[in-house]
Amino acid sequence: MTEPLARPKKKNPNARTRLPTLPPGLRSRSAHGLTRAAAEGVFEMQTCADCGTVQYPPREVCGHCLSEALEWRPTASGGELIATTTLRHSNDLYFRERLPWRVGTVRMDAGPSVVAHVHGDVGHDDGVDGKGTRVRLVLKLDRSGQAVLHALPERNTPAMQDDPQMREATCDPKYRRVLITDGRSELGIAAARAMLDAGASVVFLGDGKTWKSDPAFDRLTQSDERIQVVELDVTDTDSVDRLAASIGGKVEIVVHTADHLRDGGVMSRRDVILAKDTMEIKVFGMMRVAQAFGPGLCFRAADGSNNAVAWVNLLSIHALTPLPARGAWSAAQAAALSVSQTLRAEFHGAGVRVVNVFHGPVEETWDQLTPPPKLAPGAVAKAVVKALQDGTEDAYVGDIAQELRTRLRENHKAVERELRG
Amino acid sequence: MSTRRPYDGVAVAVPVTVPYVRYSTRSAHWWLGRALGELIRASGIAKQEVDGVCVSSFTLGPDTAVGLMQHLGMSPRWLDHIPMGGASGVVALRRAARAVQCGDAEVIACIAGDTNHVDSFRNTVSQFSRFAQDAVYPYGAGGPNASFALLTDYYMKQYGATREDFGKLCVAQRDNALRFPHALMKKPLTLQQYLDARPITDPIHLFDCVMPCAGAEGFLVMSEARAKSLSLPFARVASTIERHNAFPDDPIQFRGGWAMDCDAFYEHAGMGPDDVDFMQTYDDYPVINLMQFEDLGFCAKGEGPDFVRKHTFTLDGSFPFNTSGGQLSVGQAGAAGGYLGLVEALRQLTGSAGPTQIEDVRIGLVSGFGMINYDRGLCSGAALLERGHA
Repeated sequence: MTEPLARPKKKNPNARTRLPTLPPGLRSRSAHGLTRAAAEGVFEMQTCADCGTVQYPPREVCGHCLSEALEWRPTASGGELIATTTLRHSNDLYFRERLPWRVGTVRMDAGPSVVAHVHGDVGHDDGVDGKGTRVRLVLKLDRSGQAVLHALPERNTPAMQDDPQMREATCDPKYRRVLITDGRSELGIAAARAMLDAGASVVFLGDGKTWKSDPAFDRLTQSDERIQVVELDVTDTDSVDRLAASIGGKVEIVVHTADHLRDGGVMSRRDVILAKDTMEIKVFGMMRVAQAFGPGLCFRAADGSNNAVAWVNLLSIHALTPLPARGAWSAAQAAALSVSQTLRAEFHGAGVRVVNVFHGPVEETWDQLTPPPKLAPGAVAKAVVKALQDGTEDAYVGDIAQELRTRLRENHKAVERELRG
Repeated sequence: MSTRRPYDGVAVAVPVTVPYVRYSTRSAHWWLGRALGELIRASGIAKQEVDGVCVSSFTLGPDTAVGLMQHLGMSPRWLDHIPMGGASGVVALRRAARAVQCGDAEVIACIAGDTNHVDSFRNTVSQFSRFAQDAVYPYGAGGPNASFALLTDYYMKQYGATREDFGKLCVAQRDNALRFPHALMKKPLTLQQYLDARPITDPIHLFDCVMPCAGAEGFLVMSEARAKSLSLPFARVASTIERHNAFPDDPIQFRGGWAMDCDAFYEHAGMGPDDVDFMQTYDDYPVINLMQFEDLGFCAKGEGPDFVRKHTFTLDGSFPFNTSGGQLSVGQAGAAGGYLGLVEALRQLTGSAGPTQIEDVRIGLVSGFGMINYDRGLCSGAALLERGHA
């Protein structure tokens, strides 16, 4: 059984910092079907629409009937581990730093045999005649951001999340230090509580209004000694730089919560002052924090068991399609999504994951005109933690966000017309 | 109901090995050129009379056999490039034999060679194939060690093979290699040393792994009449087979394509396994030797371990095998590894094996195996060769 992860010791500043390297990241275009599934934490394999054969590795035409009608479909993820090995040598720098490493051959119930990473808690009693230990396969993104298969024990084991392979595949907050950029907002407070519950060792709560008393915020900051309130105004480059100079080397997860929700479209106002304020916080604020904290995150991206792992953006689902009644704010969400995707490319070299959590309307101070259902801030916070623990890249929280995404896939023109009010 | 015709009138001659080195600063062109040069010098045939060329190499890129022809100043009327790794030798032989038999070429030089720079192996392995890139290399980047570890793990559990069984073959091959002038591994190996070696990728340990190196091999295919007129000792081709992607529904590889073609193989030759005087297998890892014993009819499936326990495999033993030491003791010079057994078999059958020569050998079996494209070796081939000279 996996030994529970030990609390990381305080680091000797003269000791070697393991530099970030990536596992082999080249993939064919077809193989990125697996990436899309892994990014959202679902299990899909390429399946022939004509004969039903499940394909692996991904193909261009069916390996059985040569049909080109290959679709990505949810697939039974069970199988038997029929052969296993522990690598004590690797040709790749990333794996060399992480040996020994277990891999195996799994004969899937769905048909194909797959090579997979094998979790330490999977039994070694794999047998003969193609019968082996039962496992379930999951698709995860590795540090190069590409999908890989992991064979997990059929049932959860007590500390399975702490297995070294799982720690690499996920961004679990356990024993990690988290910066929440706007700690005063309802989402910020909820995110802080969720991170503490998930075992974060420190939560830095960004606070742009240190002079101001607020009962909910004060209750939170006094409730747990792992919380440290830090002064942070994301619209002020000096403020961001000061904080990065102070704690930049001690942050392993950034949760960007800062937002500026205001009603109003484009022609409903005679100026862009409010829109500028929103952009200043949501978009330029994010860029400032990324510029100040990004290099530190990248440097520490492979530094021990509490390495820097993730940058999380909270985004409205209206980043994907605007709500005209909040047109300026929707534009800022869309711009923030675009910046986030650029950050994903820029963080890729270090293996730091950029996670976008898209949510529907939330019960919060400035959202007065949206009818229910609205999400409790805690539900969004839980989704953030789950995305980090599962190692996913995109999460859609709540019925409205999920419904809107489905509708966009079905007919984005209909969505434009339906949202115009 | 074989429709195959015999290889009447075809001679295989002039086995050539360009001595291997661990690392080379030369390119593949140098190694292949050396092999061709040796073939021409040793045969006494003029360069322009070699009108067919067959090439195998992993490190020739960006060139193919075409570019190599300009590089070497050749103008063949028959040219082939066989990218089948460990099956390249057998496949080159059967392609060339038919071309000569049908008159498409008169003298064909079959050459295989690779260089080995310090980073060649990693480059070859990391970009080996699309399936490997998508579905194997990202899983620990263990290369062939890892793929064969999985096959070996399965085979050991399924058929009760032990590390001692594999070790016995490795030790016998090393004994043979001590007599072979071109073997890179010249230190004696004991079973205890084999068993005590460090694990690389369980259950693969150090002496189960071939050592990548640079080198080249070659031979000539021509008519018997031509060989006789040049007084070149030669071998005849009694039978050959090749097969690709055999048994795709096997959940893991426990047999190779030989098992599909074994009966036709011996039927075509009018011989059986008992007629074979020595065997050269493709031996990049010991487990694949056992599969070749089984799938080529020397014992039943699963009886490989017993077969190993019953025989000795040295030059003077009860089943002479990999008489030059095989890749495990000579080294794996890329695609030349797919020629090594064939070239050594030709030396045995033409009486030119020198220190490794076995007395009075008449029939040799050579088998090839190559290309772990995803989870298993896809190409298999075998040839039965018969001593041709009086």
